[in-house]
Amino acid sequence: MISDQPAILEVSALSVSFRMYDKGFDQKDLKVISNLNITVHPGEVLAIVGSSGSGKSLLASAIMGLLPNNAAIKGSMHYKGQPLTPNRQKLLRGTEIAFVPQSVSYLDPLMKIGKQVDGYKKPYPTEKRRAIFRQLSLPDDIEKKYPYQLSGGMIRRVLAATALITEAELIIADEPTPGMSLDQALKALTMFREMADAGKAVILITHDIDLAFKFADRITVFYAGTTVETVSTHDFQTGAAKLHHPYSKALWRAMPQNEFESFPGFQPYAGDLPKGCLFSPRCPHKIPACEAAVPEMRTMKGGEVRCCHAT
Amino acid sequence: MNQILNCRTLNHRHILVLFTSIIGAMVIMAFLSGKLIPDAAAAVNISQKNLAPSLQHLFGTDWLGRDLFFRTLKGLSTSLTVGVTASLISAVIATLIGIAAAMGSKIIDSLISWLIDLVMGIPHIILLILISFACGRGLKGLLIGIAATHWTSLARLVRAEVLQLRSQQYIAVSRKLGKSNRWILIHHMLPHLFPQILVGVILLFPHAIIHEAAISFLGYGLPPEQPAIGIILSESTKYLSSGVWWPAIFPGLTLIIIVLLVDRLGDHLKLLLNPHTAQEQEDTH
Amino acid sequence: MIEIISKQILKIILLLLAVSVIAFTLVTLSPVDPVQQYLLGAGAVSPAQRVQLEAYWGVNAPPLQRYLNWLCALLRGDLGTSLIYRRPVMDIIAERFLNSFALMMCAWLFTGIFGSVLGCIMGMYKDKMPDRIIKKLCYILCSAPTFWLGLIILLLFSVWLRWFPIGFSTPIGMLNSDVSIWQRLYHLFLPALTLSLVSFGNIALHTRQKLIDVLNSEYILFARARGESDRTLLLRHGLRNTLLPALTLQFASFAELFGGSVLAETIFSYPGLGSAVSAAGLNSDVPLLLGITLFSALFVAIGNLIANILYGIIDPQIGKGAGL
Repeated sequence: MISDQPAILEVSALSVSFRMYDKGFDQKDLKVISNLNITVHPGEVLAIVGSSGSGKSLLASAIMGLLPNNAAIKGSMHYKGQPLTPNRQKLLRGTEIAFVPQSVSYLDPLMKIGKQVDGYKKPYPTEKRRAIFRQLSLPDDIEKKYPYQLSGGMIRRVLAATALITEAELIIADEPTPGMSLDQALKALTMFREMADAGKAVILITHDIDLAFKFADRITVFYAGTTVETVSTHDFQTGAAKLHHPYSKALWRAMPQNEFESFPGFQPYAGDLPKGCLFSPRCPHKIPACEAAVPEMRTMKGGEVRCCHAT
Repeated sequence: MNQILNCRTLNHRHILVLFTSIIGAMVIMAFLSGKLIPDAAAAVNISQKNLAPSLQHLFGTDWLGRDLFFRTLKGLSTSLTVGVTASLISAVIATLIGIAAAMGSKIIDSLISWLIDLVMGIPHIILLILISFACGRGLKGLLIGIAATHWTSLARLVRAEVLQLRSQQYIAVSRKLGKSNRWILIHHMLPHLFPQILVGVILLFPHAIIHEAAISFLGYGLPPEQPAIGIILSESTKYLSSGVWWPAIFPGLTLIIIVLLVDRLGDHLKLLLNPHTAQEQEDTH
Repeated sequence: MIEIISKQILKIILLLLAVSVIAFTLVTLSPVDPVQQYLLGAGAVSPAQRVQLEAYWGVNAPPLQRYLNWLCALLRGDLGTSLIYRRPVMDIIAERFLNSFALMMCAWLFTGIFGSVLGCIMGMYKDKMPDRIIKKLCYILCSAPTFWLGLIILLLFSVWLRWFPIGFSTPIGMLNSDVSIWQRLYHLFLPALTLSLVSFGNIALHTRQKLIDVLNSEYILFARARGESDRTLLLRHGLRNTLLPALTLQFASFAELFGGSVLAETIFSYPGLGSAVSAAGLNSDVPLLLGITLFSALFVAIGNLIANILYGIIDPQIGKGAGL
């Protein structure tokens, strides 16, 4: 259910590129994210869906201000209406914006779990942490253990606990379900749904569309580092007719429960992006105008789409 | 840097290669100059003994009247020759042993690992003394000693790399396609290993040179007629307390500079050859 | 735990045995005639006495038998008699070991503490001014041979400034019992400084690299994402993950320590094991040479053992799980 409240996070025309060395002495730019637009509202789960290598994880780093030094950022980000400057990002990290990472390698291997979840300078009261652990069905003795001693499911819940304890208003979850069985994945994502129902805004980055269907309110489709369409989950599930971008339609058709039909071609490499619409090399409907310039994001029937042809 | 060379912008990689070439050139020049200086320039000349540094004798003269500048350069050349030769021999030994350990059976691997632990279990200098003693002191003992003590860490490195390569998918595929061990070694592994070994060898030089100087200093190396920096420095200790300081300082400084240059050369090559660090943008030296 | 340690001790004994074989072989290969060496100071000797000496030294016996004789004597605690000092080798080692040990420990502590601290500072301020300056200093230190640094230090502090004595471990002419601990430390200072300066550069650079690796790791990224500032990052996560491995490395560096002491002691005429072994080699004092070689191998092996145990305790994964 899309909230009526104003958006808590608005990202427009975000581009992230890296300089790298090509053969010999040449340098070239790797544009990993280009022209990205997303908005998130409190109380909703926005799923960002795309195949691997489309630059989704970098989005989280960009929002939190944690990109490596050789990254160049363009575009604008606004949080609660105010621009998101690096200073502001520093203040908001861990307090109002929380990040839930993918795996155990994001936890300090030499520090006990309890202490890690507590946090730094002004650690949260132990009681609060214990309450959250209980809420997530984690055993009490886990606080004395080290990361390597926990199972995958427990790690997932511990990582979620680190976000819950901060009572942040915007939560970014990066691929929370890789390698999980369906049961575990459903349990993990229920946590995030509950967070959203409690009034927080949740960005769910994933490549698993089925799960996104079950838990998200809106879905943004990612392709080659840019957003091509944003549509409500309900519309996505109804069928290809309600989708406007050729890639979204192809995604829908490729799902096993639909036509299970694959689409020829593959995502372009970030160093060799085509001019104009990024999908044009594979698009069956392309016209010269598609190859000339990148189309703008247009609002359309409850969603947004980036395509010349969409009606 | 970019303001100096106004013509075009130099990126980090340009600068790295430039520095590496300059360093390489300097080391080669030092080496050659020692070889090209005639013996007469550093000959004994008692009338000129113990002169302080001056324009005629840049580094001063020692107690036998020999010009220290030329003697140092010749010594440097000798040290470099010994160091480089011994390092190369070491590298060959290390590569062969490392590959044998990683490609052979479990027993051979355990045996070789144990052997490496054994050699590393005796302090270098003591082993060098023993080997030098066994060969009756002199150049032979020096070369064998240094070659026999420096192969251990490189062998470990080679072994680790080959072990890691062995477990890669493409090696298994090659085997399935029927390629022999030798073929796999030459076509898959050596291209991967070569940069690492090259860098390992270059980083061995400084150690070898320093150890050679140390063992010569103690008296186990070459006779005084064939000067090596170690000998020059050990001779200088006798006259230190009477205030003759230049035989101790200048040769040592020269050695340090050369060792520093070779070390930086190795480090820079390591940066350039490793595909990850080759992408670094910031100034790292 | 006990089982693991006893297994390690067995390995050490095996190692020492192998070391003794290698050392003995090398010494046997030497073209030097031990009888000749023994007689150097004694003057002319009759042929009959010479035959006696040869029998004593076992010169005509096959190498294997000589080795076994030596080994049996070793197990009884008899390492032979030193040619240079004309005293039992065991006594010499016992005496000189204390001196060397004091020297090495001082240097070891200095290197360990200051090296790691400096390494951390360099890692924290990577590529900024403090890092660049200290890094260049460390590189120069790494390139300097121990003995040259010793010479310079001797020159500077003993000859020119006369702040410190020229050498030896105690003032000349004083009875051993009268020497105070302060005087011992006074004589110890310069050799210890020399010994520490060389490994110092290495430790500092290694610590720096380890800290940089840690700071680039994923858990640091996550900690940053949770709002930890640079300072708390370092204190809470960085130090533990960097210093503990560095400590283990320190214990594994006993070999370089011993090797360096050979040079440092020679320069400052410090009566320790290092200067003894150098003199032994030059003067073909075989028993002393073998004895000290074995002893140094033992020393290094103990250092490695401690390093292994420490590593097992520190890394919880290994300590509780796989074992040594």
